[in-house]
Amino acid sequence: MGLPLVESALQWNSGILNANRDPKNDDVEFQITRLYSRFHSLDKGENGALSREDFQRIPELAINPLGDRIINAFFPEGEDQVNFRGFMRTLAHFRPVEDNEKSKGHDASEPLNSRNNKLLFAFRLYDLDRDDKISRDELLQVLRMMVGVNISDEQLGSIADRTIQEADTNGDMSISFSEFIKVLEKVDVEQKMSIRFLH
Amino acid sequence: MMEGAWDLLLLSVKVWFSIIGGLIVLPAMCGVSLGVTGLYIKILVKILEWATLRIQRGQKDQPTLQLQPSSGIIQKDDGSMEEEIGKLRRSWPKSLAGGDFTLCDAFYFCKKGIESIVDDQVTQRFTSEELVSWNLLTRTNNNFHYISVRVTIIWGLGVAIRYCVLAPLRITLAFIGLSWLVIGTTLVGLLPNSRAKSWLSDRVHLTCYRICARALSATIHYHNKENQPRKGGICVANHTSPIDIVILANDGCYAMIGQVHGGLMGVLQRSMQRSCPHIWFERSEMKDRHAVARRLRDHIADKNKLPVLIFPEGTCINNTSVMMFKKGSFEVGGTIYPVAIKYDPQFGDAFWNSAKYNMVSYLLRMMTSWAIVCNVWYLPPMTRQEGEDAVHFANRVKSAIAHQGGLVDLSWDGGLKREKVKEMYKEEQQKMYSNMIACSEDNLSSQTSRAPPPHGPVQPVQPPSAHDTVIKGSVRFIHSYTFDEDVKP
Repeated sequence: MGLPLVESALQWNSGILNANRDPKNDDVEFQITRLYSRFHSLDKGENGALSREDFQRIPELAINPLGDRIINAFFPEGEDQVNFRGFMRTLAHFRPVEDNEKSKGHDASEPLNSRNNKLLFAFRLYDLDRDDKISRDELLQVLRMMVGVNISDEQLGSIADRTIQEADTNGDMSISFSEFIKVLEKVDVEQKMSIRFLH
Repeated sequence: MMEGAWDLLLLSVKVWFSIIGGLIVLPAMCGVSLGVTGLYIKILVKILEWATLRIQRGQKDQPTLQLQPSSGIIQKDDGSMEEEIGKLRRSWPKSLAGGDFTLCDAFYFCKKGIESIVDDQVTQRFTSEELVSWNLLTRTNNNFHYISVRVTIIWGLGVAIRYCVLAPLRITLAFIGLSWLVIGTTLVGLLPNSRAKSWLSDRVHLTCYRICARALSATIHYHNKENQPRKGGICVANHTSPIDIVILANDGCYAMIGQVHGGLMGVLQRSMQRSCPHIWFERSEMKDRHAVARRLRDHIADKNKLPVLIFPEGTCINNTSVMMFKKGSFEVGGTIYPVAIKYDPQFGDAFWNSAKYNMVSYLLRMMTSWAIVCNVWYLPPMTRQEGEDAVHFANRVKSAIAHQGGLVDLSWDGGLKREKVKEMYKEEQQKMYSNMIACSEDNLSSQTSRAPPPHGPVQPVQPPSAHDTVIKGSVRFIHSYTFDEDVKP
């Protein structure tokens, strides 16, 4: 199916470098084929890249309160189009962690679907201006997205204040990534931020 | 020399038409089947089974790329928003009183969002169903590669037969059928109103539709004929293509309802109107909901008039699911006769993707498929219960049809094919979430006496065998009345 697909396959699998016939590789190829099919069906303009409107066309995503933030995660800074490689790269964060067990030792860098990277993905949902800090304002804006018009400003403000108070350890009134990790250390991130394919 | 060739041509045309007339049209008029189509289907099934086995054997030697049925390709959690966020928070250290927001709540929305990007319930309904194994038609060849010489030969033969033998035959039949409809109904229309006229009109319509069904090599199995729609009622069915009308009208006579068209459709509509009453609207009238309802009500009040055939989804869906029924037809009272139609995708894809194909190319595709095989179930009549509102009644009928046809019951609107989803649904999700994090204090203006909204369309849909209990209560929404399929692209 072409060179870009092979590169994406490697990114998706980030770790398994040998191409031996091994059932895991069949699974991977199957998943990549399905996702390519899906990418293609979302790409209404048939130009090999998805725009934000293409994502908005998915009704279940359009009614998701954090839909816009999730869509944003696919587009790198300042860009309006995402190609298949970028699509796969973002989705790779959601691979189940146990798939990595066979690939230990092959790759020095951390795989995209490690616990830390999953948490980073979630962190970036809150961190609107990508400055690696969740300020009170940013938290308020994201909260407002999640609750709509149903909660008053004061109430929301106090919720934001309390959240920051609980997480903030160095007193700068904002949540850094390490504080974020600390606060969520007991949450089962691997399970909750993973997509499993049916076979 | 030229005359000899000309004579030969005329002779072959005569022979051609007399074969068609004798073997197809006459039996159709009498409602008799010669069994040719049945035999054809049997042979076809054997060939396709062989091809499937060959393909599977071929695939064993290569990495397997088996397709999944439409029940989804990823695991999805079945819980409600409350349950899922509750599970997330279980390991969260209990926070202070007042308010229940936690940073991990975003995980729930994030996962749901990514799941819908990978595989969602709605957008797949507007394209043809993927087949589990190839049926030797090029058009369904998405993921199947070259397997063997023999399969390719059979496929090539198939192309030759379908395009060179079957298609011309079918097109001739369709032409005969429609001309017969126009001529026959016009003739019947000259008679004064009487029982004889109705009987003749029924005969003419039935014959025409039977010829058209032969034109598609349609094999239709009708189940539970005792529940067949009666006069003065409304027949509702799930909608997959304009061919649904031919399928249903093969077995009974219906009054049609729809917009007045120009061109060939207009000719058909006007001639049908001459022999028995149908309900045709001008475009401007369609917008007036009350006028439409009034005409419908008048029609079904007259017990001599044929049952009205309505497709409440308003648009063509790909026959894997039933989408939201518009409430218009369920408000006028009267008995509803639900009908479930399920096509067998192995023989030909009946779904009309109006974004991709116009009517003519769609019909040509139909006539170059193997055949149309479908099952029609007549369900017991339903009426609106005391105190039940139209939306709830519509959902009840929809569930019954979905359950019978083995289709997925969705409450998403078929109009999402072209339009954006309404903001209202997002607001429902936001409201549900607000109810979770709002504190128990009473200074919340949002806490009205209304109970939290029932699970909206975001809930994952159960497999068809389980009765759909996800849609609890009634969700009120206003829709414009669209009764029949949209013929324009």
